[in-house]
Amino acid sequence: MLTRRQTVRSLAAGYGVLAGMALVIGAAVIALLIAAADLSVDDAGFFNVAEFFNVYVWRVTRFTLLQAVLSTVLSVALAIPLARALARRQTFFGRKWLLRLLAVPIGLPPIVAALGLIEIWGRNGLINTALLAGGLDNPISIYGLPGILIAHVFFNMPLATRLLLTQLDRVPSEYWRNASQLGLGQWATFRLIEWPYMRSHIAGIAGLVFMLCVTSFTLVLLLGGGPAATTIEVAIYQALRFDFDPQRAVILALLQLLLTGILLAVLASIGGAPQETPTLGQPTRRFPGRGYLAQSADFCLIILMALFLVTPLLSIAFSGLSADFKQLFSETIVWRAITTSLAIASLAAICAVTLALVLIRARYAALPLVSHNGWARWFRALAAAASSLVLLVPPIVLGAGWFVLLRNRLDVFSLAPVIVITINALMALPFVMRVLEPAHTTHMARTGRLTASLGIGGISRLLLVDWPGLRRAFLLATAFAAALSLGDLGAIALFGSQDVVTLPYLLLQRMGSYRSNDAAGLALILGLVCLILMVIADQERPRARTETAT
Amino acid sequence: MTGQQVTIDNVSIAHANVSMHFDVRFEPEKITAIIGPSGGGKSTLLNLVAGFERPDSGHVRIGSEDYTHADPADRPVSMVFQENNLFSHLDIQTNIALGIRPHLVADAGDRAMVTDALQRVGLSGFEKRMPGTLSGGERQRVAIARALVRQKPVLLLDEPFAALGPRLRSDMLDLIGQLQREMAMTVLLVTHQPEDALHIADAVVFLDDGRIVAAGAVSGFFDRLDIPGLGDYLGDRSPQTGLPAD
Repeated sequence: MLTRRQTVRSLAAGYGVLAGMALVIGAAVIALLIAAADLSVDDAGFFNVAEFFNVYVWRVTRFTLLQAVLSTVLSVALAIPLARALARRQTFFGRKWLLRLLAVPIGLPPIVAALGLIEIWGRNGLINTALLAGGLDNPISIYGLPGILIAHVFFNMPLATRLLLTQLDRVPSEYWRNASQLGLGQWATFRLIEWPYMRSHIAGIAGLVFMLCVTSFTLVLLLGGGPAATTIEVAIYQALRFDFDPQRAVILALLQLLLTGILLAVLASIGGAPQETPTLGQPTRRFPGRGYLAQSADFCLIILMALFLVTPLLSIAFSGLSADFKQLFSETIVWRAITTSLAIASLAAICAVTLALVLIRARYAALPLVSHNGWARWFRALAAAASSLVLLVPPIVLGAGWFVLLRNRLDVFSLAPVIVITINALMALPFVMRVLEPAHTTHMARTGRLTASLGIGGISRLLLVDWPGLRRAFLLATAFAAALSLGDLGAIALFGSQDVVTLPYLLLQRMGSYRSNDAAGLALILGLVCLILMVIADQERPRARTETAT
Repeated sequence: MTGQQVTIDNVSIAHANVSMHFDVRFEPEKITAIIGPSGGGKSTLLNLVAGFERPDSGHVRIGSEDYTHADPADRPVSMVFQENNLFSHLDIQTNIALGIRPHLVADAGDRAMVTDALQRVGLSGFEKRMPGTLSGGERQRVAIARALVRQKPVLLLDEPFAALGPRLRSDMLDLIGQLQREMAMTVLLVTHQPEDALHIADAVVFLDDGRIVAAGAVSGFFDRLDIPGLGDYLGDRSPQTGLPAD
């Protein structure tokens, strides 16, 4: 419930933000299209399709899709039994911590996770040492497809598990009572109760994971091995930063745009990506198979998955602690990287939250007009779509567009901070919206009419009503956006230079020059900062309300 | 502060594919009960008076002034909702003081008014309590106290006691009746219970399907056989029987 003036202002601000976003994203896309049009005609004036899609481009595309399919299948296939085991075993020691562990990869910078995974699965890692000791002489290689798959499962299996668990928690407890009364066996329970509840979300979850794997950059950059294991995003980066081949970058960027466009359309047609909703938090009384076999199978799976997730984290901690911090902190560049990272992350977080608030407010202001004005419905849909536009135009593509646009006009690298902040803010926007909008809707349902009828406005409204009501969601969104930006290597990989160095960028450099001690120390710092942010965010996560506040 | 007449003059409003039409006058300084089936338009009617909904056509007048396009805060009305009447993170005193002036700090005069209002709703000494520590009935009393300090001539009650037990509801209705007599407000009370109407109302308006079906004095209203839909709505419950002694 807004006054007319508030409505007009909110809508105007919303239009302003939409126009700004259209400009930023549109300019990048148009720059790519113009560049492509330029190179589609060769010197002789002939359009050369073969040149356009050469072997390299095809191979990269094929690999992008292949690794995404395999990663998705593995992640979801492992998540189903794990979610089921976790739902069946409602009370075991450490269950709460295990659920928290499942949330860690979401906030963990990919570069840090990759380092941890290399330490466990790499040539000198735990697994290979064990295999060698066990008599196998052919170690697994973390580099190439296997490594990419392990890393993608590390990130996406927990996500899929959490989403599936939400679904299973939604099964009414009467179902379980009935199942045990009827004496349904494990398979029958799965087929009749658990699977139907999970099935409705499997497509959405798989779509989401597939999308994340197609646009995965950092993990593939670090674990991919040469041109045989390169995705489109990494190829764009290599074309721009190493081969100085903007033409190839343009082709690849447009290809990626096409791919994400198709994927998003498919994802939308299967009902969109599911969201994690808070459940009541009461443990459901389950009557799981008490048989020795069922129990040990469940716990074996749970323990294996916990080890899979926790070992890379522990190895980051251990090898990080053995780094020479005294030496590390005596380097100016380390301090510069820390301050640059923090500055970029806080500015990106503020931008993302501000953009989100303006869009949410505008969507809210347009809501009462929907029944009478067709444009209001369009406006609301547009604002929602715009907030997710970065899914269509991934950071690397956006960066490539701006790179191509500015390349011959300005010193691209001097603009790095602005571009990185912008890209990071846009990257965080969908997540920030997902946190803030439901909170805002609930808040307005509680207080909207009341503040309107009492005429509370301006600063008193902000301090008395909005800040207390939205603080939790606001901090959660800000912390999340900041963590996302802190750990991002995509935008900075394109625009980073000796002048603008962030922590992930410095980490990448140290890894590249085989200074693994430094890298371990930096990874620990970066991981800790992100973890602290995520813990703060988790504290503020609005829980299912039990009290009935009036 | 004396009550003013509330006029809903040929108002049409389309509401989620249901078009509603209201044309009714509420007598000043009287309590009018608005009853009818769910979805019949009771709350919409109240929201039109409060300014939470704008009519597609027609006029909303309070006294002689036209408030059709006024914002909620600019209308001479106070409203008590079924729930969420209080800001749960602010103490009772602040919640009530916001009714006097929507500012950050209450001065001594404001605090005296709050204390007085709390006393009148039977909640003396509740100034520093938080809404979460109050019972549902007490929270609604605080909401009424705030309506009192606002000193608006029209009081709108949107099923404020629906969640309360019979005894509490009857007490609250008594309180409303008493305050209305003291302050001569015009009161519009949306309710599901014909008993509520018989308890304190002077007049009844019966709504069904987005239309005013009938309006009239409370005495004998529920025995009238000429009102289409009223029998269906009441079922076989005769509100005249089992009435609490007044």
